[in-house]
Amino acid sequence: MTDLATEAGPAGRSARSGSAEGEETGPVLAADGRPLKQSLRRALRAEKLRALALIAPLLIFILVTFIAPIADMLFRSVENEIVSETLPRTTVALEQWDHTSGEMPGDDVLAAFTYDLVAAAERKQHTRLGTRLNYEMTGISSLFRKTGRRVDDFGEVYLDQFVALTPAWEEPATWMSLMAEPGWSAQYEEWLADRAAAEEADRDFETPQPLFEVKDGVADVLPETADAYGEFARIAQVENDDNPAAEEPWAPVYLALYRDLAQATPDSVATLGADAQALLEPARAAVAGFDTVPLSEMFVDAEEDWADPDVWATIQAFAPDYTAGYFLASVDLQKTPDGVSAQPEDQRIYMLLFKRTLFMSLVIMGSCVLLGYPIAYLLSNLPLRTSNLLLILVLLPFWTSLLVRTSAWKVLLQQQGVINDVLVWIGLVADDGRLVMINNQFGTIVAMTHILLPFMILPLYSVMKTIPPSYVRAAKSLGATNWTAFWRVYFPQSVPGIGAGCILVFILSIGYYITPELVGGTTGTFISNRIAYHISSSLNWGLAAALGTILLAVVLILYWAYDKLVGIDNVSLG
Amino acid sequence: MDLPPYATTGQRIWHYGFKVICGLIFFFLIAPIMVIIPLSFNAENFFTFTPGMLAFESDAYSLKHYRDFFTNPDWQQALSNSVKIAPMATILSVSLGTLAAVGLSQDHVPFRRAIMAILISPMIVPLIISAAGMYFFYSRIGLQGTYMGVVLAHAALGIPFVIITVTATLVGFDRSLTRASASLGADPVKTFFRVQMPLILPGVISGGLFAFITSFDEVVVVLFVGSANQQTLPWQMFTGLREQISPTILAVATILVAISIALLATVEILRRRSERLRGMSPG
Repeated sequence: MTDLATEAGPAGRSARSGSAEGEETGPVLAADGRPLKQSLRRALRAEKLRALALIAPLLIFILVTFIAPIADMLFRSVENEIVSETLPRTTVALEQWDHTSGEMPGDDVLAAFTYDLVAAAERKQHTRLGTRLNYEMTGISSLFRKTGRRVDDFGEVYLDQFVALTPAWEEPATWMSLMAEPGWSAQYEEWLADRAAAEEADRDFETPQPLFEVKDGVADVLPETADAYGEFARIAQVENDDNPAAEEPWAPVYLALYRDLAQATPDSVATLGADAQALLEPARAAVAGFDTVPLSEMFVDAEEDWADPDVWATIQAFAPDYTAGYFLASVDLQKTPDGVSAQPEDQRIYMLLFKRTLFMSLVIMGSCVLLGYPIAYLLSNLPLRTSNLLLILVLLPFWTSLLVRTSAWKVLLQQQGVINDVLVWIGLVADDGRLVMINNQFGTIVAMTHILLPFMILPLYSVMKTIPPSYVRAAKSLGATNWTAFWRVYFPQSVPGIGAGCILVFILSIGYYITPELVGGTTGTFISNRIAYHISSSLNWGLAAALGTILLAVVLILYWAYDKLVGIDNVSLG
Repeated sequence: MDLPPYATTGQRIWHYGFKVICGLIFFFLIAPIMVIIPLSFNAENFFTFTPGMLAFESDAYSLKHYRDFFTNPDWQQALSNSVKIAPMATILSVSLGTLAAVGLSQDHVPFRRAIMAILISPMIVPLIISAAGMYFFYSRIGLQGTYMGVVLAHAALGIPFVIITVTATLVGFDRSLTRASASLGADPVKTFFRVQMPLILPGVISGGLFAFITSFDEVVVVLFVGSANQQTLPWQMFTGLREQISPTILAVATILVAISIALLATVEILRRRSERLRGMSPG
């Protein structure tokens, strides 16, 4: 840079040159008086910025429409927030539970689970969670669905006894005055009035409602009750658009009250003020004498399977926000509380599918080499005019719609199809012994070889075109037979083309979906068909994402190899 | 490939044997596509040649499957969806792609390799994975099942083809022409449209054709990103092949083969023209 700047010294300066005086002359200046170095750097920066500005729109477009979806898929393959979002209290309470004990968790966990489940059932999220956990342990789905219908009765036994003691416990207003923050009540009244006024005047009303707040201090004395009632009040507001001040709380709220009061002391109750004390103190004194039903009995009464500690162990194992469970399932393993173990024998299908995908892709790749090599050799050794004409026979299938080619094979390979007809006509096959060539591996391999063959021929052809024919002639003139000249001289030079074509065909075939779906039947399907099945039929998106991530990793590794071998820039399009 | 007069019998057999093998492979490549053309004129609802067809009786042939294609509302809806989606996707990918290709062909582009890898990635990633990711992400942002979502997805898939063809054309572009234009007082926009664009137009058009055929033929992504309202021609063929295979599919396939031949011819002509313009021999 400095040399260049010195040589390009501006004309206006005295013509002193040479390195000796270079230090005294100071920096060489551009026409506008700035140092030339700085000027050049500025020009270079401007050029870079201009190039980036031209690329930026497309880059942003691809990042949003393509890279973000791929990133989303990667994220979904480990994401597992549904358990801790739907059962926040249970996941915390279960942390301490020892799954090897062989028994159901204790009352604390079960109480937390009751509050979570009743809230989830009100929000209609318990079936979603059941479906999620059902992937890990069959039967959980119906367990959640059935118990979700009954869980709002849990604690009814306490409700009845509280009401028998003081009828006011049945009144929504009693609960409001006990639990609600006065400031919130005032805000909520105001909001209700505003909304009524807006409805009266036929205006749109968009102001969000103030969400229920628990009175200060209540949570210290009655922690579970405050939590459960707060949840109840907010769900009444948000899900049902009801005024919590007019709604009777769920039975599990009374369960919480019972559990809290059993722990409370007269002193702690007294901190809530005289009114609350008048209501709570008799109840507190009475709870010791209440009839009780253990929570475990309530659950087992609702559904026997809750007694199975494995159910709880499964919830515990999948409590974290991120899980490797989907990836383990993708390779026929499963996550259990005791660590990783193999799936039951009859559910191991993914390794088989991965192996089949790899095996069939290799067979397709091999047949493409076998069929493509002679064609590429022929094309590159014919006069240009003839080879261009024959090249059209290769390019036409390349340009023809994939579905056209797949339907052609479907038509040809059927039992009543053209090939079987011809075979029967020439007498090779009896009319009642028509060959089964479709809906199996054979059909998939034939159709996909046909579809991917141009992707083998084109790179091979472009490599073979560059091999000088004089090499083979030289070999022959030195006494090599035709075969030796080909095998020792020509073939090694065509190997890069084979490599490029093989990787291209292999990458394309392991991700193929349409053709195996249409002609593969049950034995000729690929891993991609399973991914599609999990997205659209079984709705196990996490597993689909994990399978897709594994497939993507394989493809990227191969692509990296392709880049090393041929370079991305040399991708040619016929 | 000519046989020398002194060739031995073995060499002769091998020479002709090789030609027969190549002929059979060409037959394997072309025959499946060609065989559906006569079958699409079948008067019966069969997928094979009826005795009447083999005897060339005129009443064994008919246009009824074509008539069905042009009158059946399902097929017409699919055709109009395809015609609505593919051009929009092509316009998006060609305009953004050409701009970016011009940027990428400048001398100093920071992170050129990384940018290139990102822009080419839709071509590398298997379609089922792109489809899965787009389905998840587009349903998050409310694009799943909309016309816009399908157009954006197809545009993304077509972009690598535009980038590859246009950058290949720009390799042979003489940069002094833009400098000459600038020295004569044209601003960069005018230079681009009056000097650069006419010269790289063949590359842009063939890139556009690739993008068009990508969208027009695409079925995996549209199956997931689209809804019943975006059912395209390939989608209709896919469901037709999977559920109730009707011979109308063969008529549609024949029409698509005709379209591919037309597109192939256009791309070939453009490629030769572009090479002639760059002073290279067509080859």
